[in-house]
Amino acid sequence: MTALLSLERVSKRFRGLLAVDGVSFAVSAGDLFAIIGPNGAGKTTLFNMIAGAIVPDQGSINFAGEPIGGLPADAVCRRGIARTFQIVRPFPALTVEDNVIIGALLHIRDVGKARARAGDILRSLDLFEQRNRIAATLTLPDRKRLEVARALATEPRLLLLDEVMAGLRPTESDRMVAILRSLNRDNGLTIVLIEHVMRAVMALASNVLVLDHGIAIAQGKPEAIVRDSAVVQSYLGAEPV
Amino acid sequence: MAAKTSASFADPFIRIAVSLFEDLSRQTIALLGILLASLLIVPWLVNDYLLTVLIVVLYFAFTGQAWNIMMGFAGQLSLGHAIYVGLGAYIAAVLFARFGIAPWIGFLAVIPVAAACGATIGFLAFRFRVAGVYFAILTIAFAEFARIGFDHLDYVNASAGLFLPVAQYARNDLWHLRGNPTMFYYVILAAAAFAFVVCRALLKSRIGYFWLAIREDEQAARAAGIDTFRYKMAAVMISAVVTSFAGVFYAFFYNNLFPEQVFNISRSIEIILGPIIGGIGTLFGPILGAFVLTGLAELLNAAMAAIGFDLPGAKQVFYGICLLLVVVALPEGVWPWLARRIGVSGRRQ
Repeated sequence: MTALLSLERVSKRFRGLLAVDGVSFAVSAGDLFAIIGPNGAGKTTLFNMIAGAIVPDQGSINFAGEPIGGLPADAVCRRGIARTFQIVRPFPALTVEDNVIIGALLHIRDVGKARARAGDILRSLDLFEQRNRIAATLTLPDRKRLEVARALATEPRLLLLDEVMAGLRPTESDRMVAILRSLNRDNGLTIVLIEHVMRAVMALASNVLVLDHGIAIAQGKPEAIVRDSAVVQSYLGAEPV
Repeated sequence: MAAKTSASFADPFIRIAVSLFEDLSRQTIALLGILLASLLIVPWLVNDYLLTVLIVVLYFAFTGQAWNIMMGFAGQLSLGHAIYVGLGAYIAAVLFARFGIAPWIGFLAVIPVAAACGATIGFLAFRFRVAGVYFAILTIAFAEFARIGFDHLDYVNASAGLFLPVAQYARNDLWHLRGNPTMFYYVILAAAAFAFVVCRALLKSRIGYFWLAIREDEQAARAAGIDTFRYKMAAVMISAVVTSFAGVFYAFFYNNLFPEQVFNISRSIEIILGPIIGGIGTLFGPILGAFVLTGLAELLNAAMAAIGFDLPGAKQVFYGICLLLVVVALPEGVWPWLARRIGVSGRRQ
């Protein structure tokens, strides 16, 4: 089986801190892959290396059979990896529609056709009614969906989502789970997500990777992961013997 | 048959013209029409002094529009646009004074030089990640290099200044830009209108969207797949070339060039005041800003003459206070406020 995305012993050090320490994993096409772990485990650093925002110190990152480690972020996106940011960053002074048009213009050169495409994506994410609003005036859940919309507009094969559920109420996060599941099942989009909301992870993920202090401590099906003693220890602390 | 051929030949041009205006509201089209019509008939209504004032207004509307491409659209602050004005002015003037080459041909020689100058500044800044205020300082540095360099360049008479032969012409000579203020007025009006249309077309195109993305959040723009280096370079080069035409006009309108004046940092500041007062990133802002600023200066002149108040520097102080009040009251600029008042969408117009 060939993986769509594979990481081989990827490491990143910030001064004295080894943020990501020799992490390897593979995501096959069509997978819905979750990366979990306590705060400071290195999840976002790992994401930034895949998306080209940070250059790894060691190891290799392959996407669709080609090395992408160290490529700049825009080149990674053009190869088919789109991402959202943990702290949302839509283009604040532009309208919701313009935000998504910009994503769509990556592969559609005609502005009119890009607008039509943006309209379709906004409809699928329940944002069409708000298309003429300025992005900065949206509520947090709407801005999170807008980031997903802009990322989708670049027509990715792999979508990287950095905590899109954080700060959402349960009903809102259920809506996001439904949207992501539909993108994955109906459109065949491969998704890798960093998530703290375990409810969402259990509902969505087909595979889970657990990071702790930069090290991959467990990997497998979500049902198996929650029973893994190393994972329980990293989240709840070791039981006194 | 012949009619059909000419129609199909004109077809793409008609389509471009329609696409430029199709999404404008009726109010905006009416506003544009009234503005253009009044500007066209103005030379018959005003005296030579007022006509010269209007030439200055349109000159700043043009340069403000050109500067806005870099700052208003792509978010790159240039405080050294005098360099492009100066290069355009000196190259066209030297070619005319020494070789008798018409300014329109001279401008063809200016284009690659201005583009190369913009590309050099852009490359150094964007390649080595000089951004924000440091980028602004780099643009000032280049304008200052040019000022000092031209001040010592004997070929253009160094600090003694370069003068164009002023002759009495029986008629207006548009090809050599020799003539009366009315001719210069229509030249700069055409240039300002052209800059407006070009900026509108750019803003509505793919490159315009990418510029706005870069202005709003460069890292997010890269994450959306935009090659930010390439599009920032394009912004600097286009802005430089458009600005350099203002230099050609400047040289032939004033007939004299001194490095100390043309490349002076105060020239760069004058260029950016209009769009800042009018509304950065808007299309009407630079035009409105130019009218407000020049109108304000002339009003102050007239008011102070009327009350017989003649203290050196007082005019500049009042001018500064007025600008301060405008910026404090309308931080987005005059146009976005006015647009809301008259019921036009001010965003991206």
